[in-house]
Amino acid sequence: MSKSPVKKQETKAAAGIGSNYDLIVTGGDVIDPRIGVLNDATILIRDGEFVAVETDKKKVAAALKATDKSNIIDATGKLVTPGLIDLHVHLREPGREDEETVITGAQAAAAGGFTTICCMPNTTPAIDDQETVRFVLSESVGAPCRVFVVGAVTKNRAGKELAEIGDLVKAGVVAITDDGDFVQDPDLMRRALEYAQMFDIPIMQHAEDKYLVGDGVMNESFASAKLGIRGRPAVAEEIATLRDIQLAKFTGGRVHIQHVSSAGTVDAIRRAKAEGVKITAEACPHHFSLTDDEIEKKFDTNLRVNPPIRTQADVDAVIAGLVDGAIDCIATDHAPHSAEEKDVEFDQAPAGMVGLETALGLIKTRLIDKGYLSWTDAIRKLTVNPARIINQPLGDLSVGNSADLTIIDPEAQWTVDPSTFKSKSRNTPFTGWELSGKVVKTILRGKVAYSSE
Amino acid sequence: MGLASRHLLGLEGVSAEDLTQILDTSISFREILERPIKKVPTLRGVTVLNLFYEASTRTRISFELAEKRLSADSINFSASTSSVKKGESLRDTVQNIEAMKIDMVVVRHKSAGTPYFLTQCLNSNIINAGDGAHEHPTQGLLDMFTIRQKYGSLKGLRVLLVGDIKHSRVARSNIWGFKTLGANVAICGPSTLLPYEAERFGVDVYTNLDEALEGVDVVNILRIQLERQQSGMFPSQREYTHLFGLSSERLKRLNKNYTIMHPGPINRGVEITSEIADSESSVVLEQVTNGQAVRMAVLYLLSGKKGEPEETES
Repeated sequence: MSKSPVKKQETKAAAGIGSNYDLIVTGGDVIDPRIGVLNDATILIRDGEFVAVETDKKKVAAALKATDKSNIIDATGKLVTPGLIDLHVHLREPGREDEETVITGAQAAAAGGFTTICCMPNTTPAIDDQETVRFVLSESVGAPCRVFVVGAVTKNRAGKELAEIGDLVKAGVVAITDDGDFVQDPDLMRRALEYAQMFDIPIMQHAEDKYLVGDGVMNESFASAKLGIRGRPAVAEEIATLRDIQLAKFTGGRVHIQHVSSAGTVDAIRRAKAEGVKITAEACPHHFSLTDDEIEKKFDTNLRVNPPIRTQADVDAVIAGLVDGAIDCIATDHAPHSAEEKDVEFDQAPAGMVGLETALGLIKTRLIDKGYLSWTDAIRKLTVNPARIINQPLGDLSVGNSADLTIIDPEAQWTVDPSTFKSKSRNTPFTGWELSGKVVKTILRGKVAYSSE
Repeated sequence: MGLASRHLLGLEGVSAEDLTQILDTSISFREILERPIKKVPTLRGVTVLNLFYEASTRTRISFELAEKRLSADSINFSASTSSVKKGESLRDTVQNIEAMKIDMVVVRHKSAGTPYFLTQCLNSNIINAGDGAHEHPTQGLLDMFTIRQKYGSLKGLRVLLVGDIKHSRVARSNIWGFKTLGANVAICGPSTLLPYEAERFGVDVYTNLDEALEGVDVVNILRIQLERQQSGMFPSQREYTHLFGLSSERLKRLNKNYTIMHPGPINRGVEITSEIADSESSVVLEQVTNGQAVRMAVLYLLSGKKGEPEETES
């Protein structure tokens, strides 16, 4: 599509309230993270872009009158937010299409209220060259969710030599990471931070020192001591984070700490931010919802995840980090695994759990209902903050931005039932949990991408 | 009567009543072992699978003999000769064997929680014969039985466990069981081989053996594995023996009428001198005999069979 007709319509829109729209979402309480909550506001959309957020009754009435009824969504009693963004998703394609594909992952994302997801490069083969980036992007054409690719830092994620980062950026990656593994070699990480600055992309780090982690499979704590299960100590994450803070400070590069799970990591990031280090961080719902003493109840392999779920003190610290801004955003680390691979002895199971379809309910139930975050704060961590980290014009309701929206029934109660998941995989430890807050509709580029009805 | 659970997965959380019931029942079976014909018909018709995914000599033989002496039919499975190598999952393996109609499974596996996992796959009674570094409940029970045999009760006794507590399933089962029956438990070992936040087990924690031995009634010496030295947990066997080996001079700190235990296999001259291992205070072989009785009692109680175990098969 050429640019000029879009421009013309924008002008028309600005001039002519009362003309018809491609989509109107009306009557909801709109959260614009830049402003806060606008009660009973109406969002006007044309050509896949936001035209206006309107609260003037007369103007709204005129717009509604001029627009075909089938293009009007009544969001009365619902929350309407910019489309949610998840910086951390595993789509398993190429390589493990039995566990997830780009399309099924995007469907799960849309059902979870996400309109943008970033997929990790730990596929087979790894996403470490242009061809693989293009393949994933081509698979995402027509998906109900925007897919951004995060490329590998090193060739084959082996931690030995830099991937062709310039090429990756040219092919469209928004960040780089060796997620699943820590970039262990400090000199290599230093070069990566220096090199990535040329393209203004962050390095997303899975911060766990592999020597301290050893062959540990759960948090090292009294819970692991009781079970006699080999531990992955919090200090492995903290040392990895502290090292990267120093490297970011030294190089001026931008590091994003993935899935922060320990109290010491939160403290380290908070202090680094105060010093002006270019560091950002994400936390996952499982790290603010679960503790490691859950494991001994049933040895549920769905609780096995890296970094591991930790103690109540860590959960409290992660929540405190979300509250005071030490942690910028909430990401799912959606990690599909086949039922067969998880139906094994605890320490034989692969790490990771699915998360796209439970994230919002957990955020509402564990953070908002408990009074830690307001809806606006929570939505900020799911929209503008992640958008800023990957430097994309998304996550708010700015005129001209892609019309991505999530419509939420904030009080809807539901029970987690993995058989209803859109994801190909069902590996969740939250089966049977009673959650509050449910996605009703997800709108991508002005079109309904998911509807719960 | 009857135990609270139809499985024996560990001693953590098992009530004093249940522990006592198992130990009391073991007394009758211990007597049977002294008879000329050491066999009773108690578990006739019951089939027990010994599922050993980890090498074991004494525990496996002990269970097998216990089963035979109860007239149960036993079948043995070991990882090396199984279809495990063909990539069959544990669930498939055990469900296939259970489809041949077995009643009880004795399992040893390197992964903690495997016995629990089996309770989710099978209808059989599950007995944990050691899961990783988690628990080894029948070892804990036979240690308790042996202590009761000598002292009448565990109440108020000071028991010290020495060695690699961190990687020891015996230590964990000992701690839970001993504490439930009223013993006062202490542990001692190199700091690198103590579990994280060890005090939270409700035990006194020592890294100095001489201090730890003061006023102790029972010392349970754990085997030190050579691999731990290779993985950097302590600098040398020589230094280990110097700091944590039980020698005659150190015994002076113990209470009178002290007892030396070891779950085996012993590294003579490393964690304990031969002199002590073979001394009058050592109950190492008695532990092994008692293991038979305790395992017979566990099999009997979990099988839910009624009637007395007294009658010797004619």
